[in-house]
Amino acid sequence: MASLLGRFCRKLVVPGSAHGSRMISTTACDSEAVKSLNLYSAINQALHIALETDPRSYVFGEDVGFGGVFRCTTGLAERFGKNRVFNTPLCEQGIVGFGIGLAAMGNRAVVEIQFADYIYPAFDQIVNEAAKFRYRSGNQFNCGGLTIRAPYGAVGHGGHYHSQSPEAFFCHVPGIKVVIPRSPREAKGLLLSSIRDPNPVVFFEPKWLYRQAVEEVPEHDYMIPLSQAEVIREGNDITLVGWGAQLTVMEQACLDAEKVLDFIFQLKDNWFKVSNMGLELIMQEGISCELIDLKTLLPWDKETVEASVKKTGRLLISHEAPVTGGFGAEISATILERCFLKLEAPVSRVCGLDTPFPLVFEPFYMPTKNKASSSSSLSSPLKKKRHYLIMGLHVWCRYWMQSSPLLITSHSICFFR
Amino acid sequence: ISDDSSFYGGHGIVGAQVPLGCGIAFAQKYAKEEAVTFAMYGDGAANQGQLFEYICLWDLPSILVCENNHYGMGTADWRAAKSPSYYKRGDYVPGLKVDGMDAFAVKQACKLAKEHALKNGPIILEMDTYRYHGHSMSDPVGAHTFTRDDISGVRQERDPIERIKKLVLSHDLATEKELKDFFINLNIDMEKEIRKEIDDAIAKAKDCPMPEPSELFTNVYVKGFGTESFGADRKEVKAALP
Repeated sequence: MASLLGRFCRKLVVPGSAHGSRMISTTACDSEAVKSLNLYSAINQALHIALETDPRSYVFGEDVGFGGVFRCTTGLAERFGKNRVFNTPLCEQGIVGFGIGLAAMGNRAVVEIQFADYIYPAFDQIVNEAAKFRYRSGNQFNCGGLTIRAPYGAVGHGGHYHSQSPEAFFCHVPGIKVVIPRSPREAKGLLLSSIRDPNPVVFFEPKWLYRQAVEEVPEHDYMIPLSQAEVIREGNDITLVGWGAQLTVMEQACLDAEKVLDFIFQLKDNWFKVSNMGLELIMQEGISCELIDLKTLLPWDKETVEASVKKTGRLLISHEAPVTGGFGAEISATILERCFLKLEAPVSRVCGLDTPFPLVFEPFYMPTKNKASSSSSLSSPLKKKRHYLIMGLHVWCRYWMQSSPLLITSHSICFFR
Repeated sequence: ISDDSSFYGGHGIVGAQVPLGCGIAFAQKYAKEEAVTFAMYGDGAANQGQLFEYICLWDLPSILVCENNHYGMGTADWRAAKSPSYYKRGDYVPGLKVDGMDAFAVKQACKLAKEHALKNGPIILEMDTYRYHGHSMSDPVGAHTFTRDDISGVRQERDPIERIKKLVLSHDLATEKELKDFFINLNIDMEKEIRKEIDDAIAKAKDCPMPEPSELFTNVYVKGFGTESFGADRKEVKAALP
């Protein structure tokens, strides 16, 4: 059937969103001054505000003095002095351990790990020390002022050690929070919330968006609450859940799914045109997608996702990290527990492959919009009774008017999708 | 990375390779090979926590080589460590500071180190060198304190190739002109050879067929472990367990 369609159909070219379009945060835009900023500038602004408002806050890490390799810390050392913003030796376990100690004395330590791929030497400090500090001391001590910032995610040419997404490892550790922003406005608000949160937070920044994402960011001090997911795009047919840079890809997949059906017929016979109207009715039944940004992965907002899946009946989760043991598995298991009877199809995970992050094979590894679109959940939401009704009418009309092969083809399109 | 030349390649976390090198040295000692392992790291990586415990305990034939160009990425060595004398860092492990820009000195030092390692145990070599460019695109030349004048000064005084050239001239082993011709010819020949190698490689790459989808999973585990991916989104993965 696919080959038959291939001969008769041609993809309709729809001027969709250009590659590189970014999502606009849907948090309300108030009348305060806004400025068009990219992600690293928004984070820079957040750090300036954090250091300004709390005199006992510090920023340190490798090379942060001159601004950092991604320029997130520009101007901080000049403005706040070398005693508050300083470079550390090249030792991640030392950096985080030092930060824990500083936070234990009631300060706010904003630690930078240069790439998330290098966070593993500090893993012991984060898991065994930071996460358990309050717990093991019976709340006598805590290191809540600790915030660890690290750029994560694919960037096109990063290879094994500059592209990893290690969020899943940290989501397995009770005692810390894991936060991932999707855009400049979100990043500033979430970073300020993370710094001021009385728990240690690991804040992953999508490095791909550092310069690519530009958005109107309010200049004042604002915070976005943690552990609250946001529904970026309303829909009825399927719920898509993601975080960080992956949301851009998923939005493209949503647009693809929602647009006018991408097949038109090349048949030259006139009688084809008569039944066009019926065909168009079917064509316009695109798939309406609900897109959710989790923002905080640990502890994550189960209620929002649950409510959405109960409405739509389908779930697709997408992240860059390898699929086995990725955070999508946790979301899938929880939603299955809570929404089993409402689910129309298995939960779908469109994620990276189970390999180390490749260099040359990166285009094959990444969960692209095409992989999301062709995933089983997105390509066949046939539960709608409307669909069947229209198809039924069509079948009846054409049969009565001596049905043409066209009918069968249009009928199959719906099933194909 | 190459098996026949015993070069075990680069690593993600700088400094991670030193315990690895010690493991290799242990294997060499165990197998009674008269061989040593050179574990190379930089002045920045000298501050990672994993460095020294492993080389000392078992008197391994390993030589730790610290290439000290005085800058760990963007941070100067005196800002990164209280003691920038990296050759002394081994405490009871002997260390030698070598002028890394002098090819003969380096050669002699390595020879000495190998003899010492095989007879007595580990030794640290600190190679004092210089870095002309930044660590990465984000680390411009101006970011550290050396100015362009300093750089050209070093190039004249201490550059290894320049230095050998001066030695050759001062010992009358060749005239200026002979050297110049030699270098020009060498450059041209080398360049031709390199260009040819690259062109050949590009042509070969373009002619090659696309690799099998199973290539994506090659060498993740032992080859032939049987991981395959299929499906439109390559999401379905099948792995054959042993």
